[in-house]
Amino acid sequence: MDSDRAPLSGRGFRALSYGVPLAFLALFFVFPLAAILERGLRSEGDLASPLDVVTDPVTREVVWFTAWQAVASTALTILVALPAAYVLGRFAFPGRALVRALVVVPFVLPTVVVALAFLALLPDGLERGWAAILVAHAFFNIAVVVRVVGTFWAGLDPRVSEAASTLGAGPWRRLREVTLPLLAPSLAAAAAVVFLFSFTSFGVVLILGGPSYSTIEAEIYNQAVRLFDLRAAAILSLVQLACVALTVWITLRLETRLSVAGHLRSERETLRRPRTRREWAVVAGSLGALGLFLGLPLAVLVERSLAVGDGHGLDAYRELTRPTSALLATPWEAVVNSVVYAAAATAIAVVVGGLAAFAIAGTRGGRVLDGLLMLPLGASAVMLGFGFVIAFDRWPVDFRSEPWIVPVVQALVALPFVVRAVAPTLRAIDERQREAAALLGASPGRVRREIDLPIVGRALAVAAGFAFAISLGEFGATVFLARPDSPTLPVAIFRFLGRPGELNAAQAYALAVILMGVTVVSVVLVERIRRRGNGGWI
Amino acid sequence: MLAVENVTVHFGQLAALDGVTLDLGEGEIVAVLGSSGSGKSTLLRVIAGLQRPDAGRVVLDGEDLATIPPHRRGIGLVFQDHALFHHRDVRGNVAFGLRMRGDDGTAIDRRVRQLLELVGLAGYEQRAIATLSGGEQQRVALARALAPEPRVLLLDEPLGSLDRLLRDRLLEELQRIFAELSVTALYVTHDRAEAFALGDRVAVMRTGRVVQVGTADELWARPADEDVARFLGLANVRDGQVVRPEAVRLGRVDDGRDGDGVVESAVRQGPTVRVVVRLREGGELEAVVSSLEHPLPGDHVDVAVDPAGIVRLR
Repeated sequence: MDSDRAPLSGRGFRALSYGVPLAFLALFFVFPLAAILERGLRSEGDLASPLDVVTDPVTREVVWFTAWQAVASTALTILVALPAAYVLGRFAFPGRALVRALVVVPFVLPTVVVALAFLALLPDGLERGWAAILVAHAFFNIAVVVRVVGTFWAGLDPRVSEAASTLGAGPWRRLREVTLPLLAPSLAAAAAVVFLFSFTSFGVVLILGGPSYSTIEAEIYNQAVRLFDLRAAAILSLVQLACVALTVWITLRLETRLSVAGHLRSERETLRRPRTRREWAVVAGSLGALGLFLGLPLAVLVERSLAVGDGHGLDAYRELTRPTSALLATPWEAVVNSVVYAAAATAIAVVVGGLAAFAIAGTRGGRVLDGLLMLPLGASAVMLGFGFVIAFDRWPVDFRSEPWIVPVVQALVALPFVVRAVAPTLRAIDERQREAAALLGASPGRVRREIDLPIVGRALAVAAGFAFAISLGEFGATVFLARPDSPTLPVAIFRFLGRPGELNAAQAYALAVILMGVTVVSVVLVERIRRRGNGGWI
Repeated sequence: MLAVENVTVHFGQLAALDGVTLDLGEGEIVAVLGSSGSGKSTLLRVIAGLQRPDAGRVVLDGEDLATIPPHRRGIGLVFQDHALFHHRDVRGNVAFGLRMRGDDGTAIDRRVRQLLELVGLAGYEQRAIATLSGGEQQRVALARALAPEPRVLLLDEPLGSLDRLLRDRLLEELQRIFAELSVTALYVTHDRAEAFALGDRVAVMRTGRVVQVGTADELWARPADEDVARFLGLANVRDGQVVRPEAVRLGRVDDGRDGDGVVESAVRQGPTVRVVVRLREGGELEAVVSSLEHPLPGDHVDVAVDPAGIVRLR
């Protein structure tokens, strides 16, 4: 019988789909985390209180700055994004879908590229410091607010607001007493995400913060790499972990309290074309301002990469193939490294995440695995990189100088996204499709090959695209692990910035433009695959 | 050929199947008739191997199927709402079972063409499932299940999601196809017209039990109890007996007397008129009138019953 040719029985595959992700997590997540714990809580073999580092004035200053800049960044992001969210949530106009797609571009850009764009844009004196950090965070996170709040807004019944106006409420009271309370759940959800991203921000702070502004994340790097105080770095990692856990806990409580009963309407019912000249002006003005805010930094970045003396040219790009004092490799080699590493990381993330998705979707124990796989999201990339450095430094796990360790840590960062992209699609497959296949003679392994794989194929491709983009721009973990003779693009850019001179700066800008280009191309490809499909998760 | 013996399935406290026993002979079509929740779909899932019974067994050609997984049973199932593979075209759906048993390409092509012709979809090989109408999807589902020549074909409310006109047409086609291929089939439905039209025998199910099995005429002549009688569509079921509507004769009262009752409604149903009379002594009686002249609502009538039309229930 043909069904005997199945590669794996149902039980064998289940063991594989649990075993591989669990083993991966145990070795590359739990073990480094344990190493951080050990380094932070023990000193010369004995238990040692971490309080000296926790209460150190420098630590307190860093935690304070981390917290207030995250709050301020969140407020600024919402303020800048709200007009666009309103326009997308209330009006139908030509190009609306395009606007929704373009808004996401900054969000997928590597943090290093965003930092460089504002370095290029902001005038001398303002280009480093807290203001630059806040603006860069707003630029980066605007997509979250526009997409989450805008989509929710589009689901609100406009007649509720109209009812308020017949009861005598003017535009401001309607906003304050009807619209904003109804929007609250989506605002809270978006704010929580922006807060977390700003709180754990690394690349932007390291580059734009200058010497005097440091988040916990950046301070872990400073302590570990610049001051070689591994204990302080470990304790700061634990502080960071506690803060993130606290934030997530508060968010979850807030979300249940804010959730408003009532069902969302379809956009067909709620959206309408702008009617008056004033409404058209509001639409054009909001989107124009948004376009300027998002487009200008990137345009200036490209311009600066082409600047040669007083004119323009490709000199900085031509220099990329020559050796430089900033790196132990040519910049061009960094481009190749990045693509190779990202491809390898994508393969690892798709295999491990894909197997995990099968386990999560197919079995009752899957929910636990689902939760476990989200953990790397809570631990920051810098923490992972630092954990790898101190965990994998002696036999038999002296991996930290192995070339494959970079794709592994990048895959770990991308893993939650892969699982999130694939598991819902798998879960959505009608069980009767599998039953129908079985009754037509397909063995369990054959059912997976003939039914599950083709259907999740598109989701897997999307996941692979995201994993590739994430790995390509990954900076926080990679900066710890990339060997000096084989840097990735973000690391090379960072090294160039640490060197004086116009040519070094121009090469950093040129590399950032290349990184932006490769990222945007991969994301556009993903979007095209996703559009052709009927499923989607964003 | 197929024997279901004492099969019981519990979902928690609820018994979905409660000691069901049913036989199916070679080339026979048995319709399983029951309302929703009667356990008829669960019965099909047990036979197909998609649901493990808590007790009892399923025997096919003398072989106990307990240890045989669904994909080796050689039993076909046409699902409610079709469950077609949307990621494959019509050919891919019909060819699926043929590929699973290892047919070669030319044999598959030939068989797919033959089956699509049989179900009236010749030339549909390349069509995407999403572009098909409900009736066309139903035909593809049937062709897909028939392609690998299953020993027994199970059908789970195959026409349930279609509108009435289409249903009547497909019903005739199913009759033709079953006869042409001399299929052995179990056909689950809640519609008695479908059950009577297709089933050589009809099994009536209620709350997880088979309450009566027989030919349509047998059921109609001697329903097992009042509930079965009502479910079969018999009117005038009362006090352990059934008065057949066609045995009720009505005479209009013209001389001002009250008569035996007053006509409540008269509704034409094709060639006959269904007349409901409210009796003076209480209760209602249904009658079928086949003449063009029939009493109208409000008319006073006398009622007589032909004794041959009274059935005592067991």
